[in-house]
Amino acid sequence: MDQQAMKELGVDGLLEMYRRMVAIRAFDSTVEGLIDRGELVGSIHTSIGQEGTCAGAGMAVAADDYMTGSHRSHGHPIGKGAELAKLMAELFGKSTGVCEGNGGSMHLADFSIGSLGETAIVASSLPIAVGAALASKLKGDGKVTLAFFGDGASNAGAFHESLNMAAIWKLPVIFMCENNQFAVSTRHETVCSVERISERGAAYRMRAETVDGQDALTVWSAVRHAAEIARSGGGPSLIEALTYRYGDHSYLMNRLKYRTDDEVDVWRRNDPIENLGRQLVDDQLVTPDQLAAVRQSVDDEIERSLEFARGSADPTLDSLWPHMYTDPSGFAARRHNQAWFAKLEPAR
Amino acid sequence: MQTTWLQAANMALREEMARDESVFVMGEDVEAALFGLSAGLVTEFGQERVRNTPIAEETIVGAGVGAAMCGLRPFVDLNIATFAYTAFDQIVNQVAKNRFLFGGQTKLPMVIFLNEFHRSYTAAQHTDRPHGLFMAMPGLKVVAPGTPADAKGLIKSAVRSDDPVMVFSDMTSWNRKGEVPEDPEFLVPIGPARVAVEGDAVTIVSIVALQTCMLAAKKLADGHGIRAEVLDMRTLAPLDEQAIIDSVAKTGRLVVVDTAHHTAGAAAEVAAIAAEYCFDDLKAPVLRVATPDIHIPFSPTLERKMFPTPDDVVQAVLKTAQPAARSRD
Repeated sequence: MDQQAMKELGVDGLLEMYRRMVAIRAFDSTVEGLIDRGELVGSIHTSIGQEGTCAGAGMAVAADDYMTGSHRSHGHPIGKGAELAKLMAELFGKSTGVCEGNGGSMHLADFSIGSLGETAIVASSLPIAVGAALASKLKGDGKVTLAFFGDGASNAGAFHESLNMAAIWKLPVIFMCENNQFAVSTRHETVCSVERISERGAAYRMRAETVDGQDALTVWSAVRHAAEIARSGGGPSLIEALTYRYGDHSYLMNRLKYRTDDEVDVWRRNDPIENLGRQLVDDQLVTPDQLAAVRQSVDDEIERSLEFARGSADPTLDSLWPHMYTDPSGFAARRHNQAWFAKLEPAR
Repeated sequence: MQTTWLQAANMALREEMARDESVFVMGEDVEAALFGLSAGLVTEFGQERVRNTPIAEETIVGAGVGAAMCGLRPFVDLNIATFAYTAFDQIVNQVAKNRFLFGGQTKLPMVIFLNEFHRSYTAAQHTDRPHGLFMAMPGLKVVAPGTPADAKGLIKSAVRSDDPVMVFSDMTSWNRKGEVPEDPEFLVPIGPARVAVEGDAVTIVSIVALQTCMLAAKKLADGHGIRAEVLDMRTLAPLDEQAIIDSVAKTGRLVVVDTAHHTAGAAAEVAAIAAEYCFDDLKAPVLRVATPDIHIPFSPTLERKMFPTPDDVVQAVLKTAQPAARSRD
């Protein structure tokens, strides 16, 4: 399967996949450092260890296909090809951020690459993915929707409602489960009625499979196939990618004891970035120097994104009403709202 | 032409679906049109655009969000207002917040339609009037048309709105008839309240209680010679604060009538507006006529006692007209 994927992706595609994975890790590692130094605040969920699912799936759909995701939200847009600068600026809460400072880490949305937004209420993005796919079906725009979610979400009602609705309407949606083994500290198998989340596809007569999430090419092949089926009217798929987050649920916020260092080490030795790099070099598709050049280019982009974020202006109060409503006039006219703005910005 | 409230609502939906292909209806039993809102639409527009759903309110609303963010105009019929509770996360966390969270990258042109059941002998789980609950959540627009003409005009404006609109329908007004313009471009703007009856002695603000207020105004005029002004808050969010202030400036007295529970509801907001901005104009304390903070019992005998009646409103008005009203009792 990987050989076929490598052939279809070509050297440029493979290097791009590698670049996106490296970018996710570099982005999240940088963010951790920024939190350590107190430069960033808030709840940060990193995708370090899960880059194979983010980039493997993100590369397998078109740039204008739709995507939804979860609180662990940095890896998805990067995996789908977003530029880092506006994502970084969002984490800094700046006006130049993708969400102009309103969303922050858990709500990255980049509509320019089809990202309809990540939501921080577990499973709540799945009904939205169903709706995006319904729009594609009604409009006949040929797009598919890639819906990322975690193992925890698969136990929520919205997951089951969404799979059922997508199945009965044969919607072009790919339910992409990143099973990273834990819902915060709760181990997947202790709260799930099935061993493999893909087993749940059967309840909805939905094609479903489990793949190795640490092998980005395998993820790519599975999603590519599902996208082809969806585009040709064959309906939705459920893909479970087995993966692992090396870090805690939320950086520095959940230092709980629920797994051993040995377990983390086992997964670290099955690292998705190293796996892909090694495979590409072993197959003599690229040289180690080419990979090093990719890593350098990512480091450069990270530096540029930091400069961009740090140099950007904070959002201003006048951005708030237009973000609330396309027509906020009736609300803005209320006297208490006017008084609040006048108090904070008396000269305006 | 003369139509009922429901016929006017149906007319609005039919006209908007004919006008704009991106409008589609989804919900439980919309093909068969459980209460008549979507009657005949499936024949005219087909099952793709009149879409029966499974019983899955959270995902029905969420699918509306996704479709709205991707260029369609979903009209989500939740049937009964209390069914919104199972979709609460989608309504308050997604519908209301997505445009804001995503920095204005998207708009959410969707309608959520809810019928408020009361005087219907369906007991507490079907009988809430939760308009105030959603009015308190920024990001939503909330309308509650009381007349057939407003039903047509406001529903059409809601469908055309690029912001999400919750339309509350009071089931006791479904069969009420009124004159409705046939013009397919007849719109009632979201926002402005309507002076339903002009008067200068007291302001009666109606919150989803128009018929009760109209009957009360008539009784006051006929029986007591009191010319009450009835102000219909047909839009609850944004609330037409200025209309309240203007009317109270004229009358100096205010009675707020709401079918919802008394505490922390829309009536409280109207009363607070009067307290903050009309203090010098008020000649008597503001009074609320609402439902006690008790669930609605099934017992038809008891249910009938729960909701504001015209006589309750009349009594409240008479109280504000008496000097005694100025002392607390």
